[in-house]
Amino acid sequence: MSQSTKTAHAPAHGAHHSGGDHHDPGFWRTYVFSTDHKVIGIQYGVSSLIFLFMGFLLMLAMRWQIAWPNQPIPVVGPLLEAVLGQPASGGVLGADLYNSFGAMHGTIMVFLGVVPLGFAAFGNYLVPLQIGAPDMTFPRINMASFWSFLVGGLIMMVSFFIPGGAAQGGWTSYSPLATSIPTDGQTYWIIGMVFLITSSLLGSVNFIATVIQLRAPGMGWMRMPFFTWAQFVTAFILLLAFPPLEAAAVLQLMDKVAGTSFYLPTGLITGGKLADISGGGSPLLWQHLFWFLAHPEVYVLILPAMGIVGEVIANNSRKPIFGYRSLVYSVLAVGFISFIVWAHHMYLTGMGTKISTFFQTTTMIISVPSVIILTCLFLSLWGGSIRFNSAMLFSLAFLPMFGIGGLTGLPLGFNFSDIHLHDSYYVIAHFHYVVAPGSIFALFAGVYYWYPKATGRKMNELLGKIHFAGSFVFMNLIFFPMFAQGIAGMSRRMSDGGASYMVSDATADVVGRLAKSVIDANVGISVAAFLLGVSQIPFIINFFMSMFRGEKVTSDNPWDATTLEWQTPTPPPHGNFTESIKVYRGPYEYSVPGAARDFLPQNQPSRA
Amino acid sequence: MSDNKAHHGHGDHSKTYWLVFFALIIGTIVTVGAYFIHFDTIFLTIALALAIASVKASLVAGWFMHLASEQRMIYTILGFTAFFFLGMMLLTIWAMQDTPKPIFP
Amino acid sequence: MDIPYTVMPRRDTGLYNAKLGIWLFLASEVMLFGALFSSYILLRVGSYPGVWPHGLLNVPVGTVNTLVLICSSVTVVLGWAALKANQFAKYRKIQAITLACAGMFCCIKSYEYYDKFTHYEVILKDGRVIDGHLVEKVGGGQLVDGRRQPPEAIVIHGVEFPADAKAAGMAKVPLIHNLEKASGHHLEHKEFRIPWSDTKKVQNYGPWHNTYLAIYFTMTGLHALHVIGGALVIGWIWGPGAAMWKSDPERYTNRVEVSGLFWHFVDLVWIFLFPILYLL
Repeated sequence: MSQSTKTAHAPAHGAHHSGGDHHDPGFWRTYVFSTDHKVIGIQYGVSSLIFLFMGFLLMLAMRWQIAWPNQPIPVVGPLLEAVLGQPASGGVLGADLYNSFGAMHGTIMVFLGVVPLGFAAFGNYLVPLQIGAPDMTFPRINMASFWSFLVGGLIMMVSFFIPGGAAQGGWTSYSPLATSIPTDGQTYWIIGMVFLITSSLLGSVNFIATVIQLRAPGMGWMRMPFFTWAQFVTAFILLLAFPPLEAAAVLQLMDKVAGTSFYLPTGLITGGKLADISGGGSPLLWQHLFWFLAHPEVYVLILPAMGIVGEVIANNSRKPIFGYRSLVYSVLAVGFISFIVWAHHMYLTGMGTKISTFFQTTTMIISVPSVIILTCLFLSLWGGSIRFNSAMLFSLAFLPMFGIGGLTGLPLGFNFSDIHLHDSYYVIAHFHYVVAPGSIFALFAGVYYWYPKATGRKMNELLGKIHFAGSFVFMNLIFFPMFAQGIAGMSRRMSDGGASYMVSDATADVVGRLAKSVIDANVGISVAAFLLGVSQIPFIINFFMSMFRGEKVTSDNPWDATTLEWQTPTPPPHGNFTESIKVYRGPYEYSVPGAARDFLPQNQPSRA
Repeated sequence: MSDNKAHHGHGDHSKTYWLVFFALIIGTIVTVGAYFIHFDTIFLTIALALAIASVKASLVAGWFMHLASEQRMIYTILGFTAFFFLGMMLLTIWAMQDTPKPIFP
Repeated sequence: MDIPYTVMPRRDTGLYNAKLGIWLFLASEVMLFGALFSSYILLRVGSYPGVWPHGLLNVPVGTVNTLVLICSSVTVVLGWAALKANQFAKYRKIQAITLACAGMFCCIKSYEYYDKFTHYEVILKDGRVIDGHLVEKVGGGQLVDGRRQPPEAIVIHGVEFPADAKAAGMAKVPLIHNLEKASGHHLEHKEFRIPWSDTKKVQNYGPWHNTYLAIYFTMTGLHALHVIGGALVIGWIWGPGAAMWKSDPERYTNRVEVSGLFWHFVDLVWIFLFPILYLL
């Protein structure tokens, strides 16, 4: 292949002629049905950023309804009514539509946004580069993975426009609720999920096989960059945790279309009368199978983010990452323990005390390796000569944000305190601190950091810093008050933000005043949410403008980094490395005493 | 199978495969036979059927799939899989057992 | 650009890529079927005493199907061994048996499904229950206002249970077979012609009939999909894909081995499915 592999939007920027023996595969093969891991990574990246944005827009509509219940949404409201009809009549987000948006916000953010971006996009682009491989082990399966993802995503999108709208049972799709809602949204959801699960499965087989089989000579296990380690463990989690959800989804699909009763108990009453079902099923079965995936899924969301932060911090503090081995072992431990903590989501299902204690204990244990990772990343900063560029700012913000998210998880992990906090805004605040200012900040850091490798141009620093400042401030203004709301007892499922619980004379007594103060916070949160949306504008401008107008990089290694992805041409050609690569040292040899420069690339034989 | 097949003639292996095949057939017949005998307790029936099934499965995995002489990497992967599979099954069963049964008239 | 280790094993792992890949895939399959087996256990243990049916399936037919699958498993591995010994023609012959076995398995399975779908339980308005195979539906079936009309009468070849037996069994033993065992006396098989207006509920033994049939259809259905998928891949390698034997025999042998590993796994799943669904 003689054309350089860039995004379809990239300008014709110096074609790298790497061996003229391959014929030009043409536009479709190069950019659309490509088997090149870098193109697939970018396809994943662009599509998941779009999905992420759509999930965000759903949330904005919901935030409007929470803050100003039953008032028409300005500008967007009539549009919604025109497209979706009755559920959005008068431009108001009705309760059914709110449920739908809530379910799809969760689904899109988790399965179509953050996981594909963190795992599939960054992983696809970087893992083969970081281990010195020419491509993934199974390039065609890699392509199938992306297309399966896209089909799954499109099915989810289409489900908004079918009669009755998209799934309304929450992203957790608890039965019998999800199965008894008489619309077809849930069926679409399940079928979409089957495609997404297939995509993850194909991707994870590929990742694991690539890391095991295609490491360059000298790239021992303990010389792999932390990011690759994180991706490797993530792939294992996806490989082994997703199939039970696939099984669960098949059973729910049978419940939905074949009239079985896997999750429907005997004596179930729907719509005021005894349901015409054979019964004998178990609603808890769904919860077990679902959370067996969905708790490890949390680590799928966070581990790639930690990997990115590790890379960015090591590079921008110009010193070796602190406790590389502890980090690796901690990541392995997290991956391992993540499989046996799932039922802490189910304390309120009436589980017995013995099993609750077991899951409470494992939940506390898993916080240990997480804290080790966070501590190592913090300590890496000690005595470094830190460069405060956009990528680094996002990474630095990740640390306390993830810290808040993690620590506030402890009260939820104890079954005693969870009884009060369960299903409240506290839960929303907790996991959003982990995923939104946590993972997504890290993913932003990754975009700023590796953008020059993919396009040959840097992103604008000023816009990046504006983006960072806005995101940081408003993320906290959104999620911090939610802790207070949750502790005060505000349920997370109310489509009117709790307005119906407002007492008529709010100042009458202490309960009334508390309710008023909690519910009034909704307005502030929603305003912050809109402003968070506004602060993403610099990023969007930056992302597209920098492709054409960004500062061109003068070398293949603009950040003076050590890992192998910077030792390729920019952008890397098909096949990645122009010469055979051999690894001589660990991944983070920065500021080595006696070395000629303050960094030693992994493939550099001597210190000179 | 590991890459040292050169040491074995293929005839030896065919013989093993046939032996395994007959063992599987016998296992099936014994299982079905036990079903028609009807033991006193359902427990014994279940235990016997599952024990024979496990032996048959190990034969298939061990010799047809060559797991008896496989590379360490495969063992590692399957070891993790077995652990998580058992974790999923046993913890779920434990959780269900430890959950008080709903009272249904 | 060539990806290394597609044919020859990598030194430190001793594996070629596809072999590692298929084992990883099988690991995920273990979790998939493992979740279904766990569900089976939970649903069965959680069912009310006496509800879980026994003896609904035809054991001899199931046994034959088990033997068919075992045969196909040994031919797959023998075929691969023949290829290893450079005997392509022998491989072709042996693997043809595998494909024939796969086809036979699917045929027998479809027969079993058909048998269940034509097996009806008819509850009459006076409380009697007729249980047996459908002979015919008389009349009806025409579309009126977009809805299909019910037949005028339904003809069932089977047995009749008195109203009190069913009423006594309603709460705990909804299944006819258990009733027959419990009551002890043999019920005479004959043909019943039941006017539709006399029926309260007519349902065949599909997945909707009870939880046991639900898990039976789901697990065997998913397994059958694996059989079909595996047979398609093996058939493709055996037929049109065989050209590779000329150009790259090592890689071709690897393909046969990898597809065989999948096939053995499918057999392995059936080894557990057969006792838990047919016998226990």
